[in-house]
Amino acid sequence: MSDNEKTQEELNQYLTFVLDNEEYGVPILSVRGIQGWEKTTPLPNSPDYVMGIINLRGEVVPIVDLRKRFDLEVIPYGAHTVVIVVRIEQENKQRTVGLVVDAVADVHDINDEDMRKTPEFGEKMRNEFVRGLGLIDEKMVIILEIDELVDWQKVPGGDQVLSTKETTEDETENELVATEAA
Amino acid sequence: MSSTGINDSGMDEIRVIFETECNDGLDVIEAGLLALEGGDDNLDTVNDIFRGAHSIKGGAATFGYTNIAEFTHVMETLLDKVRAEELAVSPPLVKIFLESVDCLRAMVETMGGGSYDEEKTEKVKVELESWLDKVPNSESPVAAIEPGSDTESAMKAPESRCWKINFVPKNSFLLNGNQPQYIFRALAELGKVSLKPNYSNLPPFKEYKPEEMYISWEIELEANVDKAQILEEFDWVESECLVEVNEEKRPQIENYDRRAEDSRSADSSSGRRKQSRRGAKKDSGSIRVDIDKIDSLLNLVGEMVINQSMLNNQFNNSSNSEEAFASSNVELEQSLSLLERTTRELQEAVMKIRMLPVSTTFNRYPRLVYDLSSKLDKHVELKITGENTELDKTVLEKIGDPLLHLIRNSLDHGIESPEQRIAAGKDETGTIHLSASHEGGSVMIRVSDDGAGLNTKKILKKAIEKGLVSKDDTPSEQQIHDLVFHAGFSTAEVVTDVSGRGVGMDVVRNNIEEIGGRVDVHSEAGKGSTFQITLPLTLAILDGQLIQVGGEVYVIPLLSIVETVQVNMDRINVISGSGIIYRLRGEAIPVVDMRKLYNITGADALDSYEGKQLVIVESERRSIGLVVDGLLDQHQVVIKSLETNFIKVPGILGATILGDGTVSLIIDVTTLSAPISNDKTNRLEH
Repeated sequence: MSDNEKTQEELNQYLTFVLDNEEYGVPILSVRGIQGWEKTTPLPNSPDYVMGIINLRGEVVPIVDLRKRFDLEVIPYGAHTVVIVVRIEQENKQRTVGLVVDAVADVHDINDEDMRKTPEFGEKMRNEFVRGLGLIDEKMVIILEIDELVDWQKVPGGDQVLSTKETTEDETENELVATEAA
Repeated sequence: MSSTGINDSGMDEIRVIFETECNDGLDVIEAGLLALEGGDDNLDTVNDIFRGAHSIKGGAATFGYTNIAEFTHVMETLLDKVRAEELAVSPPLVKIFLESVDCLRAMVETMGGGSYDEEKTEKVKVELESWLDKVPNSESPVAAIEPGSDTESAMKAPESRCWKINFVPKNSFLLNGNQPQYIFRALAELGKVSLKPNYSNLPPFKEYKPEEMYISWEIELEANVDKAQILEEFDWVESECLVEVNEEKRPQIENYDRRAEDSRSADSSSGRRKQSRRGAKKDSGSIRVDIDKIDSLLNLVGEMVINQSMLNNQFNNSSNSEEAFASSNVELEQSLSLLERTTRELQEAVMKIRMLPVSTTFNRYPRLVYDLSSKLDKHVELKITGENTELDKTVLEKIGDPLLHLIRNSLDHGIESPEQRIAAGKDETGTIHLSASHEGGSVMIRVSDDGAGLNTKKILKKAIEKGLVSKDDTPSEQQIHDLVFHAGFSTAEVVTDVSGRGVGMDVVRNNIEEIGGRVDVHSEAGKGSTFQITLPLTLAILDGQLIQVGGEVYVIPLLSIVETVQVNMDRINVISGSGIIYRLRGEAIPVVDMRKLYNITGADALDSYEGKQLVIVESERRSIGLVVDGLLDQHQVVIKSLETNFIKVPGILGATILGDGTVSLIIDVTTLSAPISNDKTNRLEH
């Protein structure tokens, strides 16, 4: 297999994970690693879906809870809870972010012809996070637009965020029982 | 713009180098001119200026920036007259030269694109030319600079030599962009040139290829130069041509011109080399590093590699047997401590790469003082000491503007007019002293003047007017002095365009605190004032006090901590609507609860403060007390920016990784001073 073909194949590979009984996928080339949930250092004055920061081989990396990000029901972190570390690109700047998901599922090849446009999701999830839908046999995987997922530039100033953050005062509890999103 | 310039993107890099060289050259010229203005009549200074102009001209011509080359040429010709003492150095002459430097700077800046004020440039050029016209063409020097010993030796014009150069370019000469006329022009600068082209190699027209070179030349050069200097001009095209240089004995008459030309060419190459060694330009993304620093890095890395193999060895040995394991343990410990030392040295060496002498920033100010003092009709001398003190590049870049403000301020408000100074029994010329020095782990920069000092009465009056101080208060002298750092405060009676718009001092303070430094003022009426800036050596590492709040460990920069006291409940007062106050030695210190500020668990009631620690930090000249659960170690911490992967978080300076691998947040003390005033009040109460 030549290098070219390989890259082409990798381009169509997606790492999928489970979130609230739904399967989501991210391009495998953007994944830097998968690790278990560990305690984070909470960041004050930040959006509630930012669980804090961790030390990833000397780099300080923010951790985002995807359930909170998607306004899904918040559940306690368990044995399967994992952090998928991805590289995202924003304004020509590479950033590393950890995503907390329920569990890792699989790696799938999804060709362009098996990709569908995003239908309207209504309230459950905002469309800007979704790149498209991937069909795998009878199954459907939601392919995420990870660069949009955590657009830090759109994060409002800390002071405003702070006022909506009252419910997350209890940071230590997040380790076991994530609190209700604001 | 008539310049053709280097437009090809591949040449961008060369352009940048040329630009840096031009700027270095202009710095030399400017420094020299200011020295002349200051009464320095050393011919060396004139020579330095001349060399600077000469290399810019040479470079500009080579790279095709005809506008720069033409402009510098006029400058150079006029400078040559100064060198030959046909023209005396006078303030108006220095002024027009300084203006030319400004024009050149603008031209150099716009080399990569953009436009400069052509009209003004043309005006300056015309003025320079008019100075040239003033120089009589006679050989007798007009009122010149005091002839020193230097000049006398130069007056003895040496014999001129006549050279015959046989210049045969290869056919491919033109393909690399070489132009014979550039070489001829360069030779013409050495002396009188006459060319005899040889067309004998020209092919018949049908075989003629326009991109090839068929002509050769016989060049006669009358100049007092040696062979090497002539060959130097052919350096660029060495591989593309054959050059033969032979001397013909022939006496010369025109003594005068040659002397000037001679020393010029002899100096130009060494001058260029000297300039390229100068420090890197401000605001540039690249940095020029001393080769010694890189060598020491290499050495340390080498040591580390050896260290690693030692450790490997010991590990292998230790697994052989029980006894070996026991004995190798000692060795292992030694190796580890060696590794630790090497690592620390390596870290220091890497930090040193970012260090630049403060002169790179200080060099801007003599010009500023010159311009301002003539504008304000004051006599001011700028003394600079400790310009070799090194500072982190980032710190250095950020200190430029605050210093500019301070010097401007000293000039405008501090130093009195000559009449006032004489009346006060002082020297007519005021002095501003700019100094830098290492003190402990920080760098001190001081701006002192011998002017009138801060006018306490005026400041206090203004402060009361603006409602910063209540009428009944009796602040101490120092407290009054500190008021100048207050936003919107200016005591200049007349708002000048130099300073006095009431922005400035508070901006100075903010900028300095932003980079983790602090600024203080000491002033004595009638004797002058001193502004003292304390800066951290680097922005990458800071001395931190680790503190514990809730389950979390935070870092407070040690530099901002004044003291730590145990909370005594009797000293706490709750002022409704504005927060909590702690009374300490008659001072009321606002208290910030870290738990509430950073949303940490268990934001408890007031009475839980008993027995806790109150860390008093100072920011923007105000003391603030931070309630923390406990004090931990003091550590040097490496600052990791949150912005690398996230965004800037208000109240947080950055993060650091502690010895156990966990991440800890560094508290940005400067943002703490706001809570009492507005938005964060709510935070305290919610």
